[in-house]
Amino acid sequence: MRANRRLVYAVVSSGLAIVFALLVSAVILAVSGNNPFEAYGQMFEYGVRVDSLASAVNRAVPLYFSAMAVALGFKMGLFNIGVEGQYRIAVLIAAAVGAAIALPGPLHVLAIILTAMAVGAAWSGFAGYLKVKRGVHEVISTIMLNYVATGMGAFLLANWLRQENPPGDLVIKTPEIPESGRLPSLNQVLEWVGLDPGRVNLYGMAVLAVVAGFGFHVLINHTRFGFELRASGASAGAARTAGIDPGRMVVLTMVISGAIAGLVGMAHLLGFFHRYTIDFPTMLGFTGIAVALLGRNHPAGMAAGALLFGWFDRATQILDLRGIPKEIVFILQGVILLSVVVAYAVVEVRIRAAESRAVTGALRPGAEEES
Amino acid sequence: MSLAIELVGITKRYPGVIANDRINLAVREGEIHAVVGENGAGKSTLMKILYGMIPPDEGEIRIRGEATTMSSARDAIEAGIGMVHQHFMLAEQMTVLENVILGAEPRQGLKINFEEARRRIVEISGEGALDADQMVEELSVGEKQRVEIAKVLFRGAQILILDEPTAVLVPQEVEELFVSLRELRKRGVTIIFISHKLDEVLEIADSITVIRAGRTVATADPRQISTRELAELMVGAELPTAETRQSTVTDQVLLQAEGVGTLSEDGDRWVIEDISLRIHRGQVLGIAGVEGNGQRELVDILMGLRPADSGRVLLGGEDITGMSTLRRREAGIGLIPADRHGRGLLLVSPLWENAMLGYQSQPPFTRGWLVDGVGARRRTEDVVDQFDVRTPGVEVKIHALSGGNQQKLLVGKEMLATPQVLLASHPTRGIDVGAQAAVWESIRAARAEGLGVLLISADLDELIGLSDTLMVILRGRLVATLDPGQVTPAELGSYMTGASQ
Repeated sequence: MRANRRLVYAVVSSGLAIVFALLVSAVILAVSGNNPFEAYGQMFEYGVRVDSLASAVNRAVPLYFSAMAVALGFKMGLFNIGVEGQYRIAVLIAAAVGAAIALPGPLHVLAIILTAMAVGAAWSGFAGYLKVKRGVHEVISTIMLNYVATGMGAFLLANWLRQENPPGDLVIKTPEIPESGRLPSLNQVLEWVGLDPGRVNLYGMAVLAVVAGFGFHVLINHTRFGFELRASGASAGAARTAGIDPGRMVVLTMVISGAIAGLVGMAHLLGFFHRYTIDFPTMLGFTGIAVALLGRNHPAGMAAGALLFGWFDRATQILDLRGIPKEIVFILQGVILLSVVVAYAVVEVRIRAAESRAVTGALRPGAEEES
Repeated sequence: MSLAIELVGITKRYPGVIANDRINLAVREGEIHAVVGENGAGKSTLMKILYGMIPPDEGEIRIRGEATTMSSARDAIEAGIGMVHQHFMLAEQMTVLENVILGAEPRQGLKINFEEARRRIVEISGEGALDADQMVEELSVGEKQRVEIAKVLFRGAQILILDEPTAVLVPQEVEELFVSLRELRKRGVTIIFISHKLDEVLEIADSITVIRAGRTVATADPRQISTRELAELMVGAELPTAETRQSTVTDQVLLQAEGVGTLSEDGDRWVIEDISLRIHRGQVLGIAGVEGNGQRELVDILMGLRPADSGRVLLGGEDITGMSTLRRREAGIGLIPADRHGRGLLLVSPLWENAMLGYQSQPPFTRGWLVDGVGARRRTEDVVDQFDVRTPGVEVKIHALSGGNQQKLLVGKEMLATPQVLLASHPTRGIDVGAQAAVWESIRAARAEGLGVLLISADLDELIGLSDTLMVILRGRLVATLDPGQVTPAELGSYMTGASQ
């Protein structure tokens, strides 16, 4: 009964928050001299095309991994802001490794993915180590490690990992990963069901994202580690009293979170770029924080949030062509996030009160109150 | 004599439950009026109504004959009603004077008139009763309570509500409190005294109102009623006792501490020092002491939650000083923590996860790395059944349960896990008389099966009644070993405060 109530509240409040955000953005559009109805109409028309939907999924996949990496930390009260740095250093090194080794098909891909996870885990685990051994707050260390990752990545790319470009090619990049180290697109599958995504290639990583989502659910809700993680987040004192070692949990959580963060760049790397270049997408780690908040750290909620953000990202591409600033998407995302967070806080209070009343109501008169 | 407060037909409903059902209460001017009742009888609700914190659905509040509606504690204060809560609300790092005037500072222009404040405090609490310039953190519990009372009187209260004021005090302090309450009565202050310690009620009260299941069941004259009669009115049934009779103590030592001590955080002082004790199979070892004398640290060392800076801990002869908390739990040491909310519960988690906490590495809660949802729920249902946890089910989030029911779950999950040794801090704190008896019974039964118990409690009757051996802890040291069959609560109290040294 309670699970359902929570679900209904979550869906309704998110829905209202999105409507509210659309209204606010509409006002901003109108104030800046654009017709909001026209803008939204364009976005919708363009956004429901098959190629746009496939592209939206492609954009959602990295955000989903990023959100799960953040959410895992959130579950025990750790704020891993370092997903940004973790995935960027991970994808760089994985790209370089992928181009340097030669393995048969699936193994090659697996090696690249595992490399990325290991690098992400190490980068994030270092922040966990600092917290436990040196008392450095993870917010500070992960933010700082983002800068270190950016700087170190640029250095490694420029000096050691770049390919020798032919004269005239000024883009700094790692060598290309051979065919065996690429993940096929899912367009074939779409064609079987009669959909044609045109020039967009639906990333194969989408499958892994779905699997990871289920894995996340199992890990959090059905394993001892997940229980210890949630217990530590819910009450550090109670967890410690129950024999859960807080230091071990911090390091372990940061390591797993970092490993998931390592997967963030894989969709773009294995499905499109096949190399790391200086124009590889950035900011996916930070947007992941937003998606985790939006999805309440729940695998299904975060999937919905990632798809929503991915869709907005794609759908607003059309606005530029119509002379409407597509930056409206950032306003939209920002307002959605703010209103959802506020809505959740309000709803949580209501839910708790409702739960108390439900229990009181189910018991005999006079057996309530007092503690 | 005229009535200071009259409550007529006060009713407060929550969905599905009536917390107060047409309650009547008449308190005469200048008397000490006790309100007694079990946990959950509706005392708290009634006092919250009287103090303006929640509005009644029906009924009338008359203050000195005048019908009054209050919508906040501020209104109550203005009407001359003051409340002293069970948990003190004092700024530890401020002086007595500053605490008393905080928020009601007498002013002179823009400046605080400290002279005026000082004069009034002396006037309120009597010459020499309180040192106005002492830091609150240096005060004893009894003194802090006096500051709380002074705070309320300073704001002009003529009607004082005391919520379980003796729960935190040792017997000597209770006596001092009663002396000052009688003093206040002489000055015409009306006092409403909430308690379930009946002998104290009989000693101090001029009249008594008994509440049961949300209703006023009786008003009594303390000169004409016995503790037992009063208790039966309160419970509506016959009474349990804490007494353990025949001894089941064996010579087999289960848990042993040898000269353990632990340093304060800055390392310059022993918080507990040179403590040695043995818990035998089938023995309840009671630790008596005023809260904050090292009980918590002792439990933490035994449980591995705090390193021992000296000495060692042995379980069944094996040195476990460096063993982790989890390993100790697996080895059969159970724990009922003193701080239920801070260390015992995951408030927003369901009952069954709370039952699993501490046993997450053992069946029936987990199998290897996987949580056994079925086994965990079944075990929790057993706890709920056997310990009478009042809940609609095990999926309920535990914050929705009353404190007493939360406590029953905490006790029950430890008992059903059949530990060798149980470290029980205040096992019956906050639970009502009936459930208290059930907890005592289960401890007694487990003791007969060979369980060794370290019992820490503020309830001296419980300590004396359940323990086979009593030790007294004072300022981090064990200062006396007593025979619970011989000692009286008053004697115990004097050991606890160091008066008997």
